Amino acid sequence: MILFFVGFIIYALMRCLPTSFIENMARQKSMQPGSKSFDDWMAQLNAMYNMDKSVIPGYLSWLGTAIRGDFGDSWFYTVPVLEKFNDCIWLSFVMGGIAFILEILIAVPLGVIAATKQYSRTDYTISVIALAGISLPTFFFASLLKLVFSVKLGWFDLFGLVSRNYNQLSAWGQVMDKANHLVLPIVTLVVISTGSLMRYTRTNMLEVLNADYIRTARAKGLSEKKVIYHHAFRNTLIPLVTIIGGSLPGLFSGALITETLFAIPGIGYISYQAMVGGDIPFSMFYLVFLSVLTLLGNLISDILYAVVDPRVRIA
Amino acid sequence: MSVFDYNKEQDNRKPFHASGMAENAAKRATEDNQDKYAKQDNTPSGGNDEHYSLNDDRRVKVLSPGALVAKRFFRNRLAVVGLSILVFMFVFSFIGGLISPYGEDEFFYREDQINKEFAVVTENSDFRYMAKDSNLFGSAVQAQTMLAIQKGNEAFAYNGTNYALAQEGTDFYAISSGGNLVGIAYKDVVSPSTEGQALSFEFVYAALKSHAALEQELEDEAAQETAGASEAAGATDETSAPAESTEPAEPAEPAVKSFTVDGLTYTIDEDGGVLQGEQEVAYISRYIVQAIMPDVFLSRDFKEKLIDTIDAGETKFTYTDESLILDDETDTALEGEEAGIGAMDDGLPEEDNTASSATAEYTIERSQNHANWIIRQQQSSRQYDTYRSPCAKHWLGTDKYGMDMLTRLMYGGRVSLMIGFIVIIIETVLGVILGGVAGYFGGWIDNLIMRLVDIFYCIPSMPIILILGAAMDQQRVEPGKRLIYLMLILGILGWAGIARLVRGQILSLREQEFMTATEACGISVKSRIFKHLIPNVIPQLIVNCTMGLGSVIITEATLSFLGLGVKFPFASWGNIINDVNNTHVLTTYWFIWIPAGLLLLLTVLAFNLVGDGLRDAFDPKMKR
Repeated sequence: MILFFVGFIIYALMRCLPTSFIENMARQKSMQPGSKSFDDWMAQLNAMYNMDKSVIPGYLSWLGTAIRGDFGDSWFYTVPVLEKFNDCIWLSFVMGGIAFILEILIAVPLGVIAATKQYSRTDYTISVIALAGISLPTFFFASLLKLVFSVKLGWFDLFGLVSRNYNQLSAWGQVMDKANHLVLPIVTLVVISTGSLMRYTRTNMLEVLNADYIRTARAKGLSEKKVIYHHAFRNTLIPLVTIIGGSLPGLFSGALITETLFAIPGIGYISYQAMVGGDIPFSMFYLVFLSVLTLLGNLISDILYAVVDPRVRIA
Repeated sequence: MSVFDYNKEQDNRKPFHASGMAENAAKRATEDNQDKYAKQDNTPSGGNDEHYSLNDDRRVKVLSPGALVAKRFFRNRLAVVGLSILVFMFVFSFIGGLISPYGEDEFFYREDQINKEFAVVTENSDFRYMAKDSNLFGSAVQAQTMLAIQKGNEAFAYNGTNYALAQEGTDFYAISSGGNLVGIAYKDVVSPSTEGQALSFEFVYAALKSHAALEQELEDEAAQETAGASEAAGATDETSAPAESTEPAEPAEPAVKSFTVDGLTYTIDEDGGVLQGEQEVAYISRYIVQAIMPDVFLSRDFKEKLIDTIDAGETKFTYTDESLILDDETDTALEGEEAGIGAMDDGLPEEDNTASSATAEYTIERSQNHANWIIRQQQSSRQYDTYRSPCAKHWLGTDKYGMDMLTRLMYGGRVSLMIGFIVIIIETVLGVILGGVAGYFGGWIDNLIMRLVDIFYCIPSMPIILILGAAMDQQRVEPGKRLIYLMLILGILGWAGIARLVRGQILSLREQEFMTATEACGISVKSRIFKHLIPNVIPQLIVNCTMGLGSVIITEATLSFLGLGVKFPFASWGNIINDVNNTHVLTTYWFIWIPAGLLLLLTVLAFNLVGDGLRDAFDPKMKR
């Protein structure tokens, strides 16, 4: 239902783009070698988006084809949208997945430490670092990383996913080469996104530590270690698992800015190019895809909340 | 420390609650939890309340809720750091722009000496032919003529026609067939003084003839004077120009020859100039001077000077051309217009160089194969002073357009902060109105608005803004309008979170007693929502907005960085860093992007710190 309206808004937005823009793009696309002619593009466009119809019937018929999994051909890449999507999604997923795991591994322990030692120097340091991570503009941090590690130290390449001599490498070498190129983007992703999770952990941990049952546990004479890691942390996990589960679908959405900066051909970079190039079929698909992911994330976190915390189910 | 602090705060609050009934109900309602706390504290100690008399000096410690929040806020060191950074940023961006001696888009220039290839001088060593009648004097005949000249023949035959060859001067031959003149072969080039004027065959022939005669005369004179063979040899020497060979004769009375063509009488002077009356119409020279730029017409004056220099064997000379001065001025005027600014308004030293560029220095260089000379004009040209390292005049150097970095940063900060504030204001207004209405009325209105919120929550804002930015690029939307669109789009896409927050708060608030009281008082719905409910949400709103400001600024910077947000001529921290996309800038010119990035980072960090501090200050329970 929500998706229907989101789709509608996106579609309406696309329709609002000046026609000359679309025609222009179609004309440009038709200039590309191996592409269809201008009239074909326009015909396809009209068929696809029913430009001749008014907005609402147009949307409905677009939805009709889209729901069957037919998103048409990408103008920018001149292949079916889904094919292009299949090419690049897994790279994004791997990158996002690794970054996500690292993020959890860093953020959760640090958040717990900050909470247990509230108002200590450690806490302040961690909080400031977390805030700095949140405040850091992606592009600035990525540029800094490039300057230090690519230019000054020469450890990594500035752009791209593969080196120039990629084809000469052995199978293992190719994997390592790709891994080498993914280091900086992943570092960027981790640093940028760790902060908020860390803060979230800290806040929730603090809340739990203030609960009565923790006082009871301490009064019982349990060791501090047991209190924190057995009683407090397990309760902190409830909101943590919920939010982590909720962000799982987000792994597929790709990191638009980071991928663009490092020219990693994941879904983010690919769709960035498509969007800037005025590739409407691909953009439409990507936007709808992102909306689906958001909704899916909400759904998963709702379900997980009930799974992890039995009280919710009873209530 | 915290527990102790908190108790102290509670102590401070007691008198407030005792005397604070006059404070507005709304304010207390937000701090409902503390109220309860305080009351609990109050009841057991109720008997002790007597010793707080009005003239008790402890009574002075009473703080209004606002002051209390401020006090708690300033006790938080991080928040104070954040606040001071923010104050600095505001001073830097809004006052700095006024103080800075340079404008937002003021360009700076520097003088560059460039050696531009200006002209080529070729000494004509081949015969040139001019036909009176091209039918009889075609190229094949010309080739035959050349052969005959080389062999020293007086006559030759070609294609059944006999041609007679008569030498009329040094390297000057007239070819006739059957007594009629059909063509001439010559090495001294006759060129018109004014551009684009064609010279007739008769004119050229006559001119050359008289020129040769003049030369002969002068030579004779010189030969008589010096009685040396060297001069005579010099005339046939390749490198000697007719102009030069006349030089020794200068002290003698001006040798002038005249001839008549088409009823007009022309005179020819010793320098090879052909004059009609006083006006020069053409001149004769062995050298061909061609300008490299097709639009430059070289005056005879210039050419002569040039050839003199070449003959003297010098490699440098200066020449002032009046016509060039005019040209240059129009050039700079155009340049100024192109840059979108008036010509340099303050008396920068660049100004006077425009005049001097007409007096240019030229370097002469013989080309590789020695066939010609290349004349390079040393011109001082004005260029944008790009990527200049930090110096006293530009503390942070200049950027790729030659604009002062520091000033750009100031104006950039202004734009970034302004966008942040306006977007947040739009978001808040939309969010508060919709959230307030939804929360207060509930039912189907709530449902409708919340679905709308869900939809807006779901819309991926970044890609949408990117697409719109690209579309605006395509449409060439004017930068000023673009700025407004950008703010509107960001605001409209971002209100959902605030609406959700407001609604959540109001849902719980409207069940409280003071709302029943407002209903009992018959206060209108509108003022019930906006005067009694919304003020209670303000603490959360402020915290949310402060945090939101940071993220809006980042979003804007990211967009500008990608080139889809704020556009030139407006500066923004994002589009200043944009230059990093160029790897050369990334590696070489740190001062272009590091300061902008740091400012951005600091500002956003400061907003977050202040937001954090405010949250703790508004809600001391969390801080425990």
